[in-house]
Amino acid sequence: MPLELKTVATPHVPVRYLEGGSGAPLVFLHGAGGALANDAFLNRLAEKYHVYAPLLPGYGDSEECHELRDMLDFTLHGWDVVEALGLTDPILVGHSMGGMIAAEMAAVAPHDVTRLALICPAGLWLDAHPIPDIFATLPYEMPKLLFHDVEAGTRLLTAGLSFGDPKFLQTYLVTNARQLGMAGKILFPIPERGLATRLYRIKAKTVLIWGDSDKLIPPAYAHGFKKGIAGAELVSIPEAGHMVTLEKTEQVVQAIGRVA
Amino acid sequence: MKFTWFNLMPWPYLPDDFREKNRSVWVDIDQRLFDPVKSHEVYNTYLDLLEYAADVGFDAVGCNEHHQNGYGIMPSPNIIAAALARRTKDTALVVLGNSIALYNPPVRVAEEFAMLDCISGGRLVAGFPVGTSMDTNFCYGQIPALTREKYEEAHDLIIKAWTTRDPFAFNGRYTKLRHVNIWPRPIQQPHPPIHIPGGGSVETYDFCIDNTYSYSYLSFSGYIRGKALLDGYWRRVEERGVPDRSPYRAGFAQTICVADTDAEAERLYKEHIDYFYNRCLHVHGGFADAPGYRTIKTIQTGALSQYAPPTGYSKLTWKDLIEQGHVVAGSPETVRQRLEELAKSLHVGNLFCLLHVGNMPKEKCMYSTKLFAEKVMPKLRNVFPEYADDDRFWCHPIKQVKPGNLPSEKAALESVGAAR
Repeated sequence: MPLELKTVATPHVPVRYLEGGSGAPLVFLHGAGGALANDAFLNRLAEKYHVYAPLLPGYGDSEECHELRDMLDFTLHGWDVVEALGLTDPILVGHSMGGMIAAEMAAVAPHDVTRLALICPAGLWLDAHPIPDIFATLPYEMPKLLFHDVEAGTRLLTAGLSFGDPKFLQTYLVTNARQLGMAGKILFPIPERGLATRLYRIKAKTVLIWGDSDKLIPPAYAHGFKKGIAGAELVSIPEAGHMVTLEKTEQVVQAIGRVA
Repeated sequence: MKFTWFNLMPWPYLPDDFREKNRSVWVDIDQRLFDPVKSHEVYNTYLDLLEYAADVGFDAVGCNEHHQNGYGIMPSPNIIAAALARRTKDTALVVLGNSIALYNPPVRVAEEFAMLDCISGGRLVAGFPVGTSMDTNFCYGQIPALTREKYEEAHDLIIKAWTTRDPFAFNGRYTKLRHVNIWPRPIQQPHPPIHIPGGGSVETYDFCIDNTYSYSYLSFSGYIRGKALLDGYWRRVEERGVPDRSPYRAGFAQTICVADTDAEAERLYKEHIDYFYNRCLHVHGGFADAPGYRTIKTIQTGALSQYAPPTGYSKLTWKDLIEQGHVVAGSPETVRQRLEELAKSLHVGNLFCLLHVGNMPKEKCMYSTKLFAEKVMPKLRNVFPEYADDDRFWCHPIKQVKPGNLPSEKAALESVGAAR
């Protein structure tokens, strides 16, 4: 059964979130691409956990929130959502940009998170391994950054879409402007907002999950996180790219199980 | 009509295979293609041409700001304007303009524009672009979704700095200053006239309307395509109940080439037009609009990037470019007719004449400029007679001092008793 899309009130805006499954409560924070109710990974997670996947303001059909401007705003918004959902110490999981937010949440409130899973999180910067500029990347160039199996990834991303159709193009541009516009507040022009200096505060039992052939946030970044978070365990997954959640769903769910 | 001779300052030595070998003329252009030694002559030639345009009677000379860009090697228009302030007289200096979201603190712009207004004796027309996504976001790293908010705050600070006589504190979100007290301040009161270059954002229409600023559309796609956008502006003027429809509320940039005959124009300018459209406008699509830079409202009105023409410029012939109005070229009479059509159909009083194009050599540019000044401009001066007295959007110079008015060295030394 797919997850249900619901709404919860927070101090700034009503927040849309996907909910489903049963078990220990798990909050999943999505990446810059957003989250959908039919996401295979979220649905698989829901077989083991009670999953809550809030959409950032501006994502999907959710309301935009101009009050959220910087990393601290995003981080506190994350905690506002957890509180609004009535949760205490949920398993916190974040992918990519969501991993960056989850790590910040765990760093600002170290006693409120005991289990943390970061799936190829953003948030650090290494000059020797520059992260590609997704804001200047054309849609057809995305699959090779996101997937190990580029052909399969392309099919997944472009199913039934045509940029030649002006109407579709406009819808696409609006969605992109809302979603990546919002993401840009913490990812543009370089996805680094000082997280490295705060990682030491994280007390949660942490697992880092990385696709071995991640071209967007190369596995070199795993070592920065591992070094910064005491006792963090790294699970690297072969033959998987940045969208490791879709390419190796089962292995990611199992890896989350190492802390949850 | 007010005529501004506007120069982009393109780099004229982009190789023939530029398109094939380079992703973009802007942002990540190969820096090795810039030759600093050659640029000495390039910059000085462009300054000479701007001065020449002032000499032959243009109302203004104009420049603008671009970064990391092969068709505009003018990261600081204020430096160009300063050079022009000294070598021109009675000609407005249209600096279109300073991208105010990029400066920290933005009072720097208030100060530099004040200096330009003082040096030029009140000849400054100031411009404040939000800036293209290429310059503002990709080159200067401003966060797309926050750019406009930062821009508006910078604008408020600059106007307040220009118009407040006592030191004040400015507690902005992006700029916090305990003591704002610019020295010098501009000659023109309450401040120099302001032109805002825009690309079709509804918010920019309103901004110009609310502040009585002139809205300028600086496109390269010409007046036929520009019509939809200017129509949108004038509709907005009407919707907002603005008391008059002065054409000086709007400006438009148009590429123009004049020769003795239409055929001569094609023969002389075709290669330079081709250079401009096929090398200078070769911009990577991913740089055109960083997501979040344009508001949802603007995207929904259908204003998409000018850098993505449906067919692509590379496929357009000289004939296409002329017929579709991208370029206005031909004999003085042909050009006059088309520009009259432009002025009336777009209802614009400020024309930014792009008479230097791509890799055009100086001789051709002077020829085209002179023909325009002598045979076209006088006949178009009075297209809007009913607004002839509207000077709200133009500068108000004071009596000019002549640069270089030192006494002879001998006289100077004698007068202080130094010479025996």
